Amino acid sequence: MSKKIATIPFQGTPQQEQELLAVIASLKDQQGCLMPIMQKAQDIYGYLPIEVQTIIAEQLNIPLEKVFGVSTFYAQFTLSPKGKYRISVCLGTACYVKGSGRVLELLEEKLGIGVGEITPDGKFSLDDCRCVGACGLAPVFMINDDVYGRLTGKAEEIDEILAKYAD
Amino acid sequence: MKTLQDLAEIREKMRKEVALRTGEDAASKYDKQVLVCGGTGCTSSNSMKVIEKLEAELSANGLTDKIQVVKTGCFGLCALGPIMIVYPEGTFYSKVNVDEIPRIVKEHFIDGNPVKEFLYEETVTDNGIKPLQETAFYKKQLRLALRNCGVIDPENIDEYIGRQGYEALGKVLTTMKPEDVIQSILDSGLRGRGGGGFPTGMKWKLARNIVPNADMKYVCCNADEGDPGAFMDRSILEGDPHVVLEAMSIAGYAIGAKQGYIYVRAEYPIAVNRLRIAIDQARKAGMLGQNIFGTDFSFDIDLRLGAGAFVCGEETALMTSIEGNRGEPRPRPPFPAEKGLFQKPTILNNVETYANIPQIILNGADWFTSLGTEKSKGTKVFAVGGKINNTGLVEVPMGTTLREVVEEIGGGIPNGKKFKAAQTGGPSGGCIPAEHFDVKIDYDNLIAIGSMMGSGGLIVLDEDNCMVDIAKFFLQFTVDESCGKCTPCRIGTKRMYEILEKITNGNGTMEDLDKLEELCNYIKANSLCGLGQTAPNPVLSTLRYFRDEYIAHIVDKKCPAGVCKSLLHFEIDKDKCIGCGMCAKQCPASAIDRTDYTAEGHKLASMAIDTAKCVKCGACMSKCKFGAISKK
Repeated sequence: MSKKIATIPFQGTPQQEQELLAVIASLKDQQGCLMPIMQKAQDIYGYLPIEVQTIIAEQLNIPLEKVFGVSTFYAQFTLSPKGKYRISVCLGTACYVKGSGRVLELLEEKLGIGVGEITPDGKFSLDDCRCVGACGLAPVFMINDDVYGRLTGKAEEIDEILAKYAD
Repeated sequence: MKTLQDLAEIREKMRKEVALRTGEDAASKYDKQVLVCGGTGCTSSNSMKVIEKLEAELSANGLTDKIQVVKTGCFGLCALGPIMIVYPEGTFYSKVNVDEIPRIVKEHFIDGNPVKEFLYEETVTDNGIKPLQETAFYKKQLRLALRNCGVIDPENIDEYIGRQGYEALGKVLTTMKPEDVIQSILDSGLRGRGGGGFPTGMKWKLARNIVPNADMKYVCCNADEGDPGAFMDRSILEGDPHVVLEAMSIAGYAIGAKQGYIYVRAEYPIAVNRLRIAIDQARKAGMLGQNIFGTDFSFDIDLRLGAGAFVCGEETALMTSIEGNRGEPRPRPPFPAEKGLFQKPTILNNVETYANIPQIILNGADWFTSLGTEKSKGTKVFAVGGKINNTGLVEVPMGTTLREVVEEIGGGIPNGKKFKAAQTGGPSGGCIPAEHFDVKIDYDNLIAIGSMMGSGGLIVLDEDNCMVDIAKFFLQFTVDESCGKCTPCRIGTKRMYEILEKITNGNGTMEDLDKLEELCNYIKANSLCGLGQTAPNPVLSTLRYFRDEYIAHIVDKKCPAGVCKSLLHFEIDKDKCIGCGMCAKQCPASAIDRTDYTAEGHKLASMAIDTAKCVKCGACMSKCKFGAISKK
């Protein structure tokens, strides 16, 4: 799986860096600490730009390519920032057979962006995901933590939902 | 709590708390208990708001002492969420709406008359209201691994103890030798529920004996449920997290390990949170930590969050991931029982496997072997989804037929459509066609018909699903998730995907089918790990049972199910069309125009689609009120 790498400049604050250093210090001596640290780092920054990965590598005294190898391997780690509203469309089997492919197409059309991209105003980002576990409501998509399920694949329905995030 | 005596006291006290729900004969301090599902499915349909409103209404009516609200794990019937069950009678409210709560509180809880119109339809009969347990969905089920799901509050260790929780651990530590524990798991015939079906006792025995005097050993739990559309393990973790902790401690005692790790998907926030709470409570209660029950045995468990890689469900890849690396599998041997996590002897079992352990210890191996088929003992949990009425979680004895699961428990296929196939085992499994509808589900039978048990995902497909498209869907998944370490899987699956794409685009040839089969067999035989070795299964099984659909795509250039877009075209029946022009307004590609043909009895000329311009979105068809547009 290839990953999109952000081209926008890094805007981390000293406060975020302090937080990250504290996390690293507290987990450093645990066996296999790299992934838990990277997960926390992504919570702090919202994504894992190369600058953040460099800090982690230096602090743990491991090569940057090792950190980069891990960040590019796992789907959860993102190298580009996400929108204020993160949309993820479930393409798990149960949703797929009930037409989530169509839902994704509609969202791409409405937002004018593809999977893994973000709208120019930074408001929406669009991703597909494997299974959010709400198979009883298939097909579903999520906007941040809100789940929208039992979709019919009609354009008006998507408009109505997106309208709730007009602010 | 330090001794068995303490445990027994808590159990005695808690027995009364849970008695209403379990039907146990013990005086309850409540008149009623209202159980609301707090699993992922129901939470997604707002069950937390239902609980809030319920508590507010009860307190406004001064009923909080008499009626208790309990947030439980999954009841199984996710399609009907949010679900609310009222005990002692077992009344079943489905798709509960917050606005309905005041009426339920007043009419049911105060006046004693359940609100029939809000109840699950099937439970309302001429002879009164049926309890939950007697509905078609539950009647044929046997809930062992799920015995506490939807019964207890998963965030309260005492409720777990009230259901015999931690008694098996106590029994093991105070009355059994590690060898005896292993022997009883061996005797029970329990096989791994993660998919492979390897005998659990055998795994434990190897890990105990293969490296004598190992300084460190590990017990791992695979909760990285990656198979899309499967949520058995998540429901157990959300509904009964302590059972996993207890079973892992038992395993630790049996093999001689002090440390356990649960590798759980980060995409399961509710499960992760409940596990954290459970570990914390177990430590405080002395069920994890030093000298458990005052014995020499010490054991602790930590959580490790996965980060979204399907291959990490493979045992060696999972261990590599816990170590903090790219989750790539390692060649075996050495097997994990010899060199596993951090190069130490390790066992890895799946959540559902662990959920069976305490009951085998308490009830004996003979009890367990009395359930199931000759070579597959006990029960299996399935996450049933797709084109089926009762989407949800189902636990049945091994040997139940697919027909019983789909038609009786699952309530059949919606909209009167025809059953085409059931897909089991996810990207590693295959499709079971209607001709094998009566096969008894167990490990060996499913392999014999070209599928596999897998972890328990069961997706029902109807006549509107294209089997070539389904095979392509799974291949796309494998291509994305292949870790890239070995060539057959990395490149082979990609080539397979390309051939399938060619076929669904209408450019396939009959030689492609031979090439596809050859590739399948090559990848199966030569991949490093289970992911690659099983990746061709969805293609092989659809080729075996639905070859005619492949041929229709190749020779007739048609997709019989009407799914593959390149092979479709939309047509307007010129005699049905009244010429309203609604379709042309909807068309995003301006592909629809008026013709000069006017059908008899119509005032306006009919419309027609320019197939060269058509993008096949189907917008026209969904708007046409006269059924004049069809997909061919």
